[in-house]
Amino acid sequence: MHFAVVVFPGSNCDHDAYHVFQHILEVPVDFVWHKETDLKKFDAILIPGGFSYGDYLRTGAIARFSPIMESVIQEAKSGKPIFGICNGFQILIESGLLPGSLIINQEVRFLSQDVILEVATTDSIFTQSLKKGQKLTMPIAHKQGNYIADKDTLKMLEDEDRVAFRYNKGKNGNPNGSMERIAGIMNKKRNVLGMMPHPERAAESVLGSEDGLTIFKSMMGLA
Amino acid sequence: MKAKIYISYKEGILDPQGKTILHALDSIGIKKINSVRMGKYIEMEFNGISKDKASNITDESCRKLLANPNTETYKFELVEE
Repeated sequence: MHFAVVVFPGSNCDHDAYHVFQHILEVPVDFVWHKETDLKKFDAILIPGGFSYGDYLRTGAIARFSPIMESVIQEAKSGKPIFGICNGFQILIESGLLPGSLIINQEVRFLSQDVILEVATTDSIFTQSLKKGQKLTMPIAHKQGNYIADKDTLKMLEDEDRVAFRYNKGKNGNPNGSMERIAGIMNKKRNVLGMMPHPERAAESVLGSEDGLTIFKSMMGLA
Repeated sequence: MKAKIYISYKEGILDPQGKTILHALDSIGIKKINSVRMGKYIEMEFNGISKDKASNITDESCRKLLANPNTETYKFELVEE
């Protein structure tokens, strides 16, 4: 499986993702600059975290118009796995590939901390190797991760089983205030996933958790 | 000619920043405020085009980039300098 890691001006988790593919999973991976227009040779596309265009205007709003995004949208339509993490999730939302909005955290603070996620569905390439209800620990690092959507959209996400991950309940759960504790959602075809937490920063025991690796392994069909 | 664009959260959308500002005002003794909503203000300048054309360009800019149709509404006015 050949991965692309798209790089925007201001991306800063691109190297973390590249490291996971290249050195931990040992699969082919290339950086793709946002001015490029062709992603055909790749099997899966990762939109990394960071602060594309300095988060000016709204997070992801300007990156959404980078030349590469035409091709991301095209590949998404063709069914290729597209995985947006943090700012990548924000960009996928702005591009219309995923519904809803990510607004400023309920406590209006940048949150950098570990969270516990619950796997909400195993019906996707991203979660096929996981178990429903399985708990995953990984960090969040964002100020605009508070997921909101109108009632109809929330109902559609539930009815179509498109919530991939939720923040856990209880104390320290759902720190950004997301509706329905949503941490990650998919498109209708289930080949586009966006999530605020950072699995690529939780892929080695030396970093405190290997739970993030399970999502990348799942994409590759590994247990 | 100048477009003055005001972008604000839609009714019913939670505005955590507005809420925080309200608390801050209360804490410095400024009372009687029901609610605070925070938005954005953007100016754009035009040269040598009609008011209609400027209005169309401003509207398109708002629709395609400046405002998020899911959560925000916009309004604008065009003023001669």
